[in-house]
Amino acid sequence: MSTHVDAPAPVERKAPTTTQIGRSIPRLESRAKVTGEAEYIHNLRLPGMLYGKIFRSTVPHGRIVRIDTRAAKELPGVFAVITGEDVRALIPDPYYGPAFHDQPVLAIDKVRYVGEPVAVALSEDPHIAEHAANLIEAEYEDLPAVFDEVEAAAATQVFVHDALRPAGMFPDLKHLHGRTKTNVALDFTLRRNDVEQGFAQADYVFEHVFRTPTVAHTALEPIVSVAEPRGPQALTIHTSSQSPSFVRSEVARLLGWPENRVRVRTAFLGGGFGAKLYIKLEAMVAVLALMVKRPVKISLTMEEQFYTITKHATTVHLKTGVTKAGKITARQCEAWWNGGAYADIGPRVTQKSGFTAAGPYDIENVALNSYAVYTNLPPAGALRGFGIPQLVWAYESHTDLIARELEIDPLEFRRANILRDGRPQATGTIMHDIATVEVLDALSSAMRWGESFDRGKGSIRRGHGIAIGFKACIAPTTSGAIVNLYGDGSCAVYCGTVDMGQGSDTVMAQIAAEVLGLDPQSVSVIHPDTDVTPYDMATLGSRSTFHMGNAVRLAALEAREKLFAIAGKALEADPSLLTVADNGVSAPSGRRLSIADVIKSTFLMQAGNIIGTGSFRPTYTSPSQGDGQSDDITPFWMVGAVGAEVEVDTETGRVRVTRLVNVADVGTPINPGIVTRQLNGGALMQLGFTMSEAVRFDNGQAVNASLADYKIPGILDIPDQTLAKIVAGCQSTGPFGAKGVGETGTFAVSPAIANAVHDAVGVRIFDLPLTPETVYRALRAAQHNPLEDQQ
Amino acid sequence: MSPQLRHISFTLNGNSVTAEVAPHHTLVEMLQEQFHLYGARESCGQGLCGCCTVIVNGRSVSGCLYLAAFADQANIVTVEGLAKGEQLDPVQEAFVSCSGFQCGFCTSGFILMVNQLLEKNANPTEDEIRHYLSGNLCRCATYPDIISAVHAAATTLRKE
Ligand code: FES
Ligand code: FES
Repeated sequence: MSTHVDAPAPVERKAPTTTQIGRSIPRLESRAKVTGEAEYIHNLRLPGMLYGKIFRSTVPHGRIVRIDTRAAKELPGVFAVITGEDVRALIPDPYYGPAFHDQPVLAIDKVRYVGEPVAVALSEDPHIAEHAANLIEAEYEDLPAVFDEVEAAAATQVFVHDALRPAGMFPDLKHLHGRTKTNVALDFTLRRNDVEQGFAQADYVFEHVFRTPTVAHTALEPIVSVAEPRGPQALTIHTSSQSPSFVRSEVARLLGWPENRVRVRTAFLGGGFGAKLYIKLEAMVAVLALMVKRPVKISLTMEEQFYTITKHATTVHLKTGVTKAGKITARQCEAWWNGGAYADIGPRVTQKSGFTAAGPYDIENVALNSYAVYTNLPPAGALRGFGIPQLVWAYESHTDLIARELEIDPLEFRRANILRDGRPQATGTIMHDIATVEVLDALSSAMRWGESFDRGKGSIRRGHGIAIGFKACIAPTTSGAIVNLYGDGSCAVYCGTVDMGQGSDTVMAQIAAEVLGLDPQSVSVIHPDTDVTPYDMATLGSRSTFHMGNAVRLAALEAREKLFAIAGKALEADPSLLTVADNGVSAPSGRRLSIADVIKSTFLMQAGNIIGTGSFRPTYTSPSQGDGQSDDITPFWMVGAVGAEVEVDTETGRVRVTRLVNVADVGTPINPGIVTRQLNGGALMQLGFTMSEAVRFDNGQAVNASLADYKIPGILDIPDQTLAKIVAGCQSTGPFGAKGVGETGTFAVSPAIANAVHDAVGVRIFDLPLTPETVYRALRAAQHNPLEDQQ
Repeated sequence: MSPQLRHISFTLNGNSVTAEVAPHHTLVEMLQEQFHLYGARESCGQGLCGCCTVIVNGRSVSGCLYLAAFADQANIVTVEGLAKGEQLDPVQEAFVSCSGFQCGFCTSGFILMVNQLLEKNANPTEDEIRHYLSGNLCRCATYPDIISAVHAAATTLRKE
């Protein structure tokens, strides 16, 4: 029997001390990673394998007039050259996507962004494949293109897609089916009470507009997939994917096959950050492999990653009413998300993050509109935070400006308005297990807020700033797990969570080990393989520790129950009184058997299995259409606050972050070392998005798609001090009190730094990133002496 | 495009080996295709990230740009050559105990660079560490733990 829990499972507050929870054990795969032997799909070579190289669109929007593949095909060593028309011969409707079926395997009829895959050249030699791809020529009839999210939303002439094609998976997108003459893929609306009345009650009303640019994930292991036909009827896909279960169902759907004919497996991922979700190269390699009847591998270059998936550029308009005493009475927010040419998961970002756009504040009257917008840019999807960092950038910059205007200490202003445990969030959902107040308190002491602060001198000015953000975990999603005790007493956990560096293998092993009385280092965690591991929605949105952690815990509990039933006989004891520790089962009498001996007692030799299964899906109420209200919008909330100390060089505009403190409510951490590293890693990644990163486009062409021109943080860019503070709370529905943490460190970094810059030099930056040029221009403008080209 | 293959011989992690390489083959390609060593790996392909670091005649090179043909007669060390059997080298040990990695894709490059740093400077300051490692990128941003790992390895090595 499988243990399936629909309702949040209350954590059994068992023996007050746990042995494996809260321990910072080293990662299970440590040795493999320091010896260079860790398995990545990047390493995979199969007999007879062909390499594919993609020929990409050079225009942002155009009708395909002609694709000339003759020269490429004639190149010695080329096995085949495939175009969208060839794909259509195999799959009549080759469009995929998690929210909309809008993205073709290879462009058909039209191209919609510069960099869109148009054809693929295949060869046993990757250099020949590359050469052949360079010989392909295409002719396009240029169509007018649209790049800006606000313009695209309002467009009346230029449409990226002729008609909307919702995937049907999400009920709130169904009504969009067939809609034409629009670039808005989803318009999410939330209304709480009466925002106009709230503004009327206010003494002051503030309005600002904030923007963030397109940025890129640049996982150091570039996206890679290999498809391997197993006869005409079955297929294995080896892929650097964060969502193997989705890949299986979507590829099966495209091929018109049942899911059990598609096997999808992963290995360690060399970083994911949201880039490796849903379908990236998988549909392409699957179709190619079936067409040529050989294994096909496509590995992107770093440059190609910029053309494959990005993070949404945004424009966020905020309006807030506030009383003289500093009470927020109303907040209105309009957010435009630049989704690029294909929706990917953008409409989910728009809704799931959109409903938090008023910030972690207790506001009576709220009106939110969030628009997912198609443009002729590369597709945007999830990137560590799922839209939250863009929103926090806006609402925490805005909140700081308001506090400043009211001459109220920014921390006190936040404290006075903060959403507390037990209060309703803008959706109406009552917040539980959310340590907002504790996080602010911990931030205050870590920043020594209110104490005297060295403001610098001469051209180097110092300032400090704070910000706080929150996120709701995506819902409703399911995770399944199997815990298997083998005949020798060793244990394996089968789970579809992908370890892409966040340390999930270790955390799942700790959870299983805690339940079964094992050493976590001895537990093996079987990597996602859809022929072997149960369904998991995906490794995204900080959901795995909570969802998969609960599933693994339930599976381990079921295995333990079976173990106790057998051991009860062997030890002549009541199974309900047995305990586990140190690989053995003990009875109150003091008698003890190793787990191996318990198993032997029933299978009579070193043989057999004891298998427990677990499946976990939290409850959920979808927001009602129109006002976005729900009494159960999420299984848990994440809260992250950041404090930054900066030095601004007023002569160059250069900002140096000297100290970055991030404080997070993580529930009860299973492995505090891993949690700390995730928090710091998230914060430092967001530091890049704050200080330097922006994909620049010229007529839709990314002009800095290389690590040479697109600057991600190096070791010299990190602050003198980077600090993560864990506020230990308890997520009562989480496994041993834990909640997700992978994104929390990112939330509040950008506005904390901009607020610190304002504190230091009195200028406000509204558009990320805070490059020296942006800051210097703002300084000059504030001196009423703008740079000449701005006059 | 069927280039002339060249026969080269060199020392790879202490063993004498030979290989057939085309003029355009890089060191990383050769190590992966002919020796099944995947610790040096291509990421940026432009000499900017250090994931492909290999030690050639005692100096670190970007294996994504360094041509395999130049390995002829050279002494090549990759991350796979550091451990002595089961025994990790002190830098590897320090990366484990300080968790100087997350996804691990950049780790080989960092470990080789840290080895090279500590050969030259047994007790580097944080500033020296940062400057020495500034050519290696880690998108997981495990930098604070990498710095701790360098200090830990330096301490161990000084005791040896
Ligand atoms: S892959 Fe060689 S330096 Fe980046
Ligand atoms: S550990 Fe992931 S890139 Fe460094």
